[in-house]
Amino acid sequence: MILNRRAADSLILLLIVLCAWQALYGIVGAIALTPPLTTVANALGMLADIEFWPNVASSFRALGLAIGFEVVLGLSIGALLGLNRLAGEVMEPVIMGFYAVPKIVFYPVVLMVCGIGVTSVVVFAVMHGILPIILFTMNAVRAIKPIFLRTGRALRLTVAQTVWSIALPAAIPEVFTGLRIGFAATMLGVLLSEMFGSKNGLGFLLMNAIGLNHVNDIMALTLLLAGFAAVVNLLLLAVDRRLHGVR
Amino acid sequence: MVPPTEMLRGLIAVAGMADMRQEVATTLTGIVCAATLSVCTGFLLGCALRAWPRARVAMEPLLATYYSVPTFIFYPMFIVFFGMNRIPIVVIGFMFAFIAMMTSTMNGLDRVPAVLFRTARMHRLGAIETTFRIVLPAAAPHLFTGVKLAIAYSFVGVLGAEFILSGSGVGYQIAFAFNGFDNERMYALILLVTIVVGTVNTALLGWERHLQRRISR
Repeated sequence: MILNRRAADSLILLLIVLCAWQALYGIVGAIALTPPLTTVANALGMLADIEFWPNVASSFRALGLAIGFEVVLGLSIGALLGLNRLAGEVMEPVIMGFYAVPKIVFYPVVLMVCGIGVTSVVVFAVMHGILPIILFTMNAVRAIKPIFLRTGRALRLTVAQTVWSIALPAAIPEVFTGLRIGFAATMLGVLLSEMFGSKNGLGFLLMNAIGLNHVNDIMALTLLLAGFAAVVNLLLLAVDRRLHGVR
Repeated sequence: MVPPTEMLRGLIAVAGMADMRQEVATTLTGIVCAATLSVCTGFLLGCALRAWPRARVAMEPLLATYYSVPTFIFYPMFIVFFGMNRIPIVVIGFMFAFIAMMTSTMNGLDRVPAVLFRTARMHRLGAIETTFRIVLPAAAPHLFTGVKLAIAYSFVGVLGAEFILSGSGVGYQIAFAFNGFDNERMYALILLVTIVVGTVNTALLGWERHLQRRISR
């Protein structure tokens, strides 16, 4: 019952957004916007276009690679910083500071070091996404009950074994929240980086459409990207809630 | 790459140029506008949603996905709405920032201990007095976290928008220097941004810790 009402409320909100969109179209006209139905039609047309898919593939490859690096590096760095109190306390303000700096100003440096292509896209995306993963993992590991770690010492586990069989399982819910936030940031990183330093990918298509002011393409791409981000995020959120024991 | 000493020299050179100082002032004005707007709007919206739980629950999926959609893609649209000037840039900074303030406000109001409201009733405080003497001070650390995030996101939004598509501001100058292979100026400006953001962030972090300590005492 409550769930139904919730869904109904969300639907009402969606309707309000759609109405506002249509009304906005009525005000500003076709220079800046396409109405909802046309946008959906354009987006479907885009999906049917054969030339669209290689761009999707290259964006997704970069996204996948970046997330792979983030999970491996972010989890291990976060776990180590969480286990070593001193290192964690020294590094936390540094990481927080880097988190707050607009990473886009470092983009030229990334482009010069890595060159145009998938390397710079992945590096830039990792710069965006790895920080929340490190921060959440670190805090999650710190919050592990000391008795678990003492048990690990009593069983004479090595550092790697402690991380793998004690720290990670105990910290999984918080770590997952970090991964969820990291995913969103990574996607942003991939798109931004493709907008400037790439000759293919969804970000490149978007930049092209912006440069030519193809409103149809901009809106259709925006809808597809927002839709994809929303679906993945809601799925991750559902897993996240389950891990945290919220129904 | 350029050695740090040369970046510093470049920074000093940049600081001596009147037009660069003008660009820095432009960017900072934009950031201050975006941050102020988003803190006020975010706070008010947060209070409103907190008072209306049904709308809040309905908004949840929207809030959860908000930051995974890059706001920059709306920039061309904003140019049509507001014209080719500084306003679209401020709007992007604002859109980046106000949601963070809104969520922090709701968070802060949620975490005011129920016992404090009972204390307020015991002292027969009116609604206004309860707000100013109980609710706001108790929620202060969370509100401040929101302000800190709003400021950080304003920096990201404004500099990012300038970098991508604009003709003014520090972000634009970095992109311009990069396109013109003017490494000295580019690194000087990157260093400048890093120093400014680092200083602001450290100051805010220190203040935040101070506030939290005061509350937990």
